[in-house]
Amino acid sequence: MITLGHYLIVSGMLFTIGFAGVLLRRNIIIIFMSLELMLNAANLSLVAFSRFRVTATGLPSYNAQVFVFFIITVAAAEVAVGLAIIVALYRARQTTHVEDINTLKF
Amino acid sequence: MSPFLFWFFAFLMLVFGAAVVLNRNPIASALSLVICFMGLSALFMMLDAFFIGIIQVLVYAGAVMVLFLFIIMLLDLRVEKLRKINYVAVIGGTAVALAFFLQIYFVVRQLNAAQQPFPALTAKTDDVHNIGALLFTNFNLPFQIIGVLVLVATIGVIVLSKRELR
Repeated sequence: MITLGHYLIVSGMLFTIGFAGVLLRRNIIIIFMSLELMLNAANLSLVAFSRFRVTATGLPSYNAQVFVFFIITVAAAEVAVGLAIIVALYRARQTTHVEDINTLKF
Repeated sequence: MSPFLFWFFAFLMLVFGAAVVLNRNPIASALSLVICFMGLSALFMMLDAFFIGIIQVLVYAGAVMVLFLFIIMLLDLRVEKLRKINYVAVIGGTAVALAFFLQIYFVVRQLNAAQQPFPALTAKTDDVHNIGALLFTNFNLPFQIIGVLVLVATIGVIVLSKRELR
């Protein structure tokens, strides 16, 4: 029997993988992909909660799915802007390695 | 929803999610991310969220990943050279991530609702119709703000990718 808890644990695992990727990897493009993993883990738990709360009409509560729709839109816009910044950075510095970009490092 | 399919797609998603982080080659990472999102979209469909599942494949596997691969090609990234590994940072990062996961695990274990199965749907799912109706009634203002946000992102990308700014 698959319960809500199973989906939440899987979503937590996916978030943790993304979180570990942001902390451990030094390539800025991989860090960006890990950010996407984290956003999608949040989406999974939102959809699971939406399916769990069945309203009086016998359908899932669709508010959470509208929220997921907004998150996907924002994530797509974020990817476009972020990758443009990475390309601009690469033009200026010829690197995608975060340890080479340490002007603001204290 | 069948337990076997749930475990299959959850396993697929987590294995390829880990492959994104562990691969040294950025192209292999990007392609693993596509498989990971396919598994995620299958999980969405098992939760009767067919519209979200389709959108996930279209937007992520279709648009976002092509953008990632395009940038990797444009920057001509190769397999990373091995650098000196900072062991303190690696151990610290792993410990923080593990502690975070254990926290989620124990909270979910305590949650009473998490032990209950999903209630059955009594009506036929018509999620595109329902989400569309919600977008144009309850969530109309956020919907328009999202439109402005996409416009701003488009202009921002054009400004950022111009060769010289005047």
